[in-house]
Amino acid sequence: MAPGTGSAPGARGAPGARGARGRRGRDILGYALGASLPLLAVVAALLVGAVMLLFLDADPIAAYGALIEGAFGGTSGITQSLVKATPLLLVGLGICIAFRASVINIGAEGQIILGAVAATWFSLQFRTWPGWLLIPCTIVIGFAAGAFWGFIPGILKARMRVNEILTTVMMNAIALQFMNFMIRGPLIDPAGVEAGQYLAQSEKVPEQVWLMRLVPQTLLHAGIFIALALAVATYVFLWRTTIGYRIRAVGLNPDASQYAGIRVPVYQALSLTLAGGLAGVAGAVEVIGVQHRLLDGITSGYGFSGIVTALFGGLHPLGTIPASFVFGGLLVGADKMQRAVQVPSSLIQAILGLIVLFVVGSQYWARRRAARRMDSNVNVAASAAAAEETPA
Amino acid sequence: MNEAVLATIVAIAAASLRLATPYLFASIGEMFAQRSGVLNLGVDGIMLVGAFAAFYGTLTTGSVWVGVAVAMVAGLAMGLLMSVISVTLKAEQGISGIGLSLFGLGLSSLLFKVLVGTVKTVDGFRPIHIPLLSDLPYLGDIFFSQNLTVYVAFLLVPVSWYVLERTPWGLTVRAVGQNPAAADTLGVNVTVVRYLCVCLGAVLAGLAGAALSIASVNLFQENLTAGAGYIAVALVYFGGWRPVGILMGALLFSTVTAIQLRMQVLGIEMPSDFAVMLPYVLTIVALTFSANRARQPAALNQPFERGVA
Repeated sequence: MAPGTGSAPGARGAPGARGARGRRGRDILGYALGASLPLLAVVAALLVGAVMLLFLDADPIAAYGALIEGAFGGTSGITQSLVKATPLLLVGLGICIAFRASVINIGAEGQIILGAVAATWFSLQFRTWPGWLLIPCTIVIGFAAGAFWGFIPGILKARMRVNEILTTVMMNAIALQFMNFMIRGPLIDPAGVEAGQYLAQSEKVPEQVWLMRLVPQTLLHAGIFIALALAVATYVFLWRTTIGYRIRAVGLNPDASQYAGIRVPVYQALSLTLAGGLAGVAGAVEVIGVQHRLLDGITSGYGFSGIVTALFGGLHPLGTIPASFVFGGLLVGADKMQRAVQVPSSLIQAILGLIVLFVVGSQYWARRRAARRMDSNVNVAASAAAAEETPA
Repeated sequence: MNEAVLATIVAIAAASLRLATPYLFASIGEMFAQRSGVLNLGVDGIMLVGAFAAFYGTLTTGSVWVGVAVAMVAGLAMGLLMSVISVTLKAEQGISGIGLSLFGLGLSSLLFKVLVGTVKTVDGFRPIHIPLLSDLPYLGDIFFSQNLTVYVAFLLVPVSWYVLERTPWGLTVRAVGQNPAAADTLGVNVTVVRYLCVCLGAVLAGLAGAALSIASVNLFQENLTAGAGYIAVALVYFGGWRPVGILMGALLFSTVTAIQLRMQVLGIEMPSDFAVMLPYVLTIVALTFSANRARQPAALNQPFERGVA
């Protein structure tokens, strides 16, 4: 500190400290605002949806009423929402891992398909195995197939610096055609062929591989526990292991990570592989938990709505749990709304898109707020340090 | 060479020009956005909205020109939305593009189901036989008997090259995509340039949709593009961010598709699923081995903020 200016920082120190106390209230408000941004994004998207409904001469209150009633009203609504929350959570966990490494995985659709195809093939191939063996093996095979589908764009990004957004989109299209081939060719239901109806679907998988139904007369199956367990595992992996730490470091600052000796491409490829694996599990669970066979539209668009789910969950594995229930509910409610008040369920798709736009759009404000707070904290700390220094 | 083989080749060539048209509109538009530093991954959604707008405009008024105008306005609106999110609010461009795509997919399906309901066809653009030239053997059928959108799309290639490489505005766009901080220091308004480029790209994506719905298939259905917008984005990478490269990529892609369609018509033994797969596999291979990555605009996918290096 230059002599002569010594007293000035000391004089500035006191109001700085007072300011910090006054700021605490605003900090809490700011934090609450930051945490509720995704929620605000959903509300904003629903409001825009309501305006669209008004333009289309539909009653938004009736439509949203039917949506919420359908999603969360009664056992049927809640169990169906949980059934859809299961794949959303699994896909969302993968998205969390990938996005945390700054890798954008648009390929979950294809990875779900690969997982579903592999699980169907495997459980039919080894149909004599007992359930306690066949179920875990089938899920692992689903994981492996999805992981393989994520590994290809991953390694292309790591080795050849090919943009993963584009390759994962292409991989989706390839996977879709691959499934079309499988359910019309090698995996087609032989019983259907004998009956002369060439339905594009596989044979039913053996009954011992079906996941247990949790509530009678509903589709709710034990897959939800698999998803929840993997959510906790993903959290532990990302925040309590070295590999998870490195994945997050790579995402936060690739240059610094590289400098610190982390092999950035390896961890980017790894995160895409794991993301693919989790989506593959979602595909396997859809087959053995819900459909019991492979058929067209097995993904139900979960690969994309899973992205929305993960963003809404703050790209945090545990945050994605409630998020998956919310979005599972939205998807279930959308179907009910279509039947009850004849508003097409595509409305929800449009709203999902808006939610993504609003969530990523609002992050800028959150970042700026955080940066400002850091700046002012640094100033306060500096002047406090200066104040301590001056008496000497 | 016998007549049948020649006729097949002519048919494939003519079809590949037709199939390349929507990709050309969308990719050239996306090229402008990317050269200014914005990766607009929402092209597919914009195309869908544009395709529906063109279809609905034509269906209700009977005029393809109204359809084209509505498609351009719809594209512009989507472009403004994308600009606000990714330029003003500096959102991660890849994710906001996915959001825009989902929104466009949902919106176009919603409007289609509410306003139209069932599959209807419209009287779209008709083939224009250019006098004399269309009478040329073979070449006439391939090049000079297409509909207007095909001619315009191919005209866009030299025009966009000229604008980008030979006009002051093109230089500004390239500067903003290469080094926005330097451009900013020289008094260029980075935000305005990026808005213009994203919106221009979106208007062209709207036209790409129109080229599908009122010039190619003459109908609209849910998810009409089936991911064509993503391919258009890939073609920009493949083409090394240059109009000629994009033209080559679009033609390669459309020719493979045309051959695959022809094989199905001729009933050649090959699972059609694998044939449909082919263009996508090709795109990945091309992206992997194209040596163009050095040409990538340096500031692509990076929001610009004054005072932040």
